[in-house]
Amino acid sequence: MARIVAGIGSSHVPSFGPAYDAKKFDEPDWKPLFDGYTPVKRWLHEVVKPDVAIFVYNDHGSDFSLDRVPTFAIGVRDEYEQADEGFGTRPLPPVKGDAELSWYLAEKLIHDGFDLTVCQEMKVDHGLMSPMPLLFAHDPGWSVRVVPVVVNVIQHPLPTALRCFRLGQSIAHAVREYPKEIKVAVIGTGGMSHQLHGERFGHLAQDFDHRWLEFIERDPEALCKLSHKEIMAAAGAESVELIMWLVMRGALIGSMRVQHRNYYAPMTTGMGLISLAPV
Amino acid sequence: MSSTDDRAADGRLTDWGIPGTYVFDHTRSRKGYELNKLAYSLTDSANREAFRKDEEGYMARYALSEAQKEAIRRRDWLALTKEHGGNIYYIYKLGAATGTGLYHMGAQMRGESYEQFLTTRGAKGAR
Repeated sequence: MARIVAGIGSSHVPSFGPAYDAKKFDEPDWKPLFDGYTPVKRWLHEVVKPDVAIFVYNDHGSDFSLDRVPTFAIGVRDEYEQADEGFGTRPLPPVKGDAELSWYLAEKLIHDGFDLTVCQEMKVDHGLMSPMPLLFAHDPGWSVRVVPVVVNVIQHPLPTALRCFRLGQSIAHAVREYPKEIKVAVIGTGGMSHQLHGERFGHLAQDFDHRWLEFIERDPEALCKLSHKEIMAAAGAESVELIMWLVMRGALIGSMRVQHRNYYAPMTTGMGLISLAPV
Repeated sequence: MSSTDDRAADGRLTDWGIPGTYVFDHTRSRKGYELNKLAYSLTDSANREAFRKDEEGYMARYALSEAQKEAIRRRDWLALTKEHGGNIYYIYKLGAATGTGLYHMGAQMRGESYEQFLTTRGAKGAR
């Protein structure tokens, strides 16, 4: 039977990409970010060794357009190319998928009441690609297969925080019943505090971010009660992406411990990271 | 359907009572549909080239209002997201195609110069 072996909450920020590709690991203003990921990447690589990462993120108008906006979608491919977000793509190999697990999850989740849009064509943008190499090795190929789960956090109405949490619970039940002996990590991405439009561009809320990092571990149900408006008012309009961390948290049923935590807010986004290990 | 539009006590437009914020709801998504569609098309490098070569001709492919076209000509990122239904993630592709970085767009939306904006940030090297 498959097992969930790790839960990760991580920001996804476009600027991670060029900084990583230019290897700015030791530049003073980037070091606190990259250093934060080092122990988590090592832990995943040396201790946890997941076969698959279920990666919960949102597309940023890079592959999905506004002609149809799925509230939840799942990729069911064996390989995912990068989306071109206006600057070309990054020098990284294509992401390996797991079509068999994806289709299995689609069926289980839909029959459990989560009506995901099933995507045989899908490209992945920085929502997935910006944290991906900070967490997993990619030379010569990626060390993990990926099941991408896409959440609409851009065009209102958005799914509620509670709905995201329950999707995570449904994912956990489905994974447990998967007949193959594989190890699965669940990664919830997005946020933390940031606003990228309007006169309030650049709004940061570091206190909110720190409270979120605490509550995601010990009281996620409290976070599930937050409305979109409450999150956006406190932490910036685009911080509402944080509801995707609750998919990850919902997938970790039972007791767990925090393996590592990091937080850094150099420019316009609170860059948070938490890794949780089931015990 | 309820609207997210609201009026502050002084009559200024404010969404959900959050200042300087323009919630991307049904009203904006309908208004900005063609604008965001144009911006989305710029995820294709051939389209970016066509846009750079003949901006007016490229805009004519989409059913934009004259005000939307004018806001693109003026690179008025605030108006595009506040008045014309542009979603920032789509409009960002317009920024990319016109050589305007996100922080430059943001400084303009805040009503500041790029240099002024940078003075408000903690670690400017992490750009």
